[in-house]
Amino acid sequence: MDTLTQSPVQAAAAQGVEAPVLVLDKVSLAFDDKVVLREVSFTLLPGHTKIILGASGSGKSVMLKLIVGLLKPDGGSIYVNGERTDTMSERELMKVRADLGMVFQEGALFDSLTVAENVGYKLYEESDMSEDQVRQRVEEVLGFIGLHDFTDRMPSELSGGQRRRVAIARAMAFKPRILLYDEATTGLDPITATTVDEEIIKLRDIENVSSVLVTHQLRDAFYTATHEAVRDTGGIRVQAASDEKSDEAEFLMLRDGLICFEGNAAELRASKDPYLKTFLS
Amino acid sequence: MIQHWLKAAVLEVQEYVRLQGATMRAIVRGPYYWHDIIEQFDQIGLGSLTVVVLTGFFTGAVLALQSGFTLDQFGARPFVGRLVSASMIKELGPVLTGLMLAGRVGSGIAAELGSMVVTDQINALRALGTDPVRKLVVPRVMAGFLMAPVLTVVADTVGIIGGWLITTFQLRVSSGVYWTSVTEALYIEDVWMGLIKPFFLGYVIVTVGCYIGLRAKGGTQGVGRATTNAVVTASVAVIAVDFILTRVLFTLMY
Ligand SMILES: Nc1ncnc2c1ncn2[C@@H]1O[C@H](COP(=O)(O)OP(=O)(O)O)[C@@H](O)[C@H]1O
Ligand SMILES: [Mg+2]
Repeated sequence: MDTLTQSPVQAAAAQGVEAPVLVLDKVSLAFDDKVVLREVSFTLLPGHTKIILGASGSGKSVMLKLIVGLLKPDGGSIYVNGERTDTMSERELMKVRADLGMVFQEGALFDSLTVAENVGYKLYEESDMSEDQVRQRVEEVLGFIGLHDFTDRMPSELSGGQRRRVAIARAMAFKPRILLYDEATTGLDPITATTVDEEIIKLRDIENVSSVLVTHQLRDAFYTATHEAVRDTGGIRVQAASDEKSDEAEFLMLRDGLICFEGNAAELRASKDPYLKTFLS
Repeated sequence: MIQHWLKAAVLEVQEYVRLQGATMRAIVRGPYYWHDIIEQFDQIGLGSLTVVVLTGFFTGAVLALQSGFTLDQFGARPFVGRLVSASMIKELGPVLTGLMLAGRVGSGIAAELGSMVVTDQINALRALGTDPVRKLVVPRVMAGFLMAPVLTVVADTVGIIGGWLITTFQLRVSSGVYWTSVTEALYIEDVWMGLIKPFFLGYVIVTVGCYIGLRAKGGTQGVGRATTNAVVTASVAVIAVDFILTRVLFTLMY
């Protein structure tokens, strides 16, 4: 029983690979009689990126909600940092969530709180950090995301791109080691989208965060996969990544509840599958 | 068809009771979000003051007018105070305050929580490690439960003052006669009944608002539906619970 429930994590350990931070093992979910996911499996290694593509309604958001435990799967199992989470109670899940940051599709900012209160929410309310420490961390995070002038604004006073960035800031403020982004760049102009992409790249390469990126914007998907952030004398710089680094980003395409493609950027570009081709064009 | 409807109704009640179970557990065992608790006392208590004062005043005034003319037929005009205080304290104070709260607080809660649901803010709370029941439901239930009686006392008081104004200036009964009559009719049982009821009414209004709000689905339209539902359900519940409580309290106290 025990060996069975821990198999995906143990298998990875046995092969001498780094233990995955995230494992989905044959996860299924249906709403009433509408099947959204059919036995979907994947593994995310520390510091790597998983890019989930798919038409709208293909279950991308549902997949992220399953990972955070906001929804429970009908079948299969989910492991975060080696712990099985799909059988946990809400109370137990709270501990797991301390290591998971989620950027919701429309931001889901608390509209009764200011930008700073949103960003520092978890630190103010759910940690015993002092107010000064929290303020410091909030300033640091807002600086990272380039929004230090917006501290006291309300979310309703922000543009779409700014809201997304605040949402990212809120998700990263408590330093989770896994970040999940739900269409962080959808509906943004290309320049703002690139800014957001670069934040994601920086978090991954500078803070060593493992990321799951949901999108249907291929431009942003390829950009995050093929660029890397490096620290040099002038600060942090984003540049074209080595092939090896690019391989750490894996693409995954959802269709009709199944994974219809899995591979790196080059393989995705080279794919001959007609459905992928229509999606790529 | 009827079976289907019954099953849905039973499920709904079950879920409503479950939410109250979770709320009770959260109230008994902290942690508490004090900031939110204070804010809700302010919103629900102070925020409803104007509405309750106006309703109370005009209710007392119209009671005095109507009963004044009725009592005239028996030459009993000096007994106006009795009627005003007894009806205000036993029935109209609690029920009208309850209805006003259903309209103002019940709808406000359903709209606020409903929009938090459809914009994923409730999910965001959970993802950030907060239990939405502790953070959102507990403060509202505490404030509704404790502020409804306070507001009812305010409504009663203002209503009796409204009655006094009409009695002295319109019906030309002297102040002294009015106030003697008001206190003469006050039995301690009536006062208890008038004070016990609003605790229950406040609790029901707020829990209905929270329950319906948290179950909203289907975007902004869903929030609108939830808001309307909350007002209708809470209003009907106020009248029904008032009847049941009256029945029970009569048996227990008189
Ligand atoms: N809470 C829910 N209740 C019922 N159906 C849902 C719910 N959440 C999502 N769905 C359905 O699941 C499917 C996948 O949704 P979603 O994951 O949001 O798609 P997307 O890939 O665009 O993010 C959709 O058909 C949606 O209608
Ligand atoms: Mg989605």
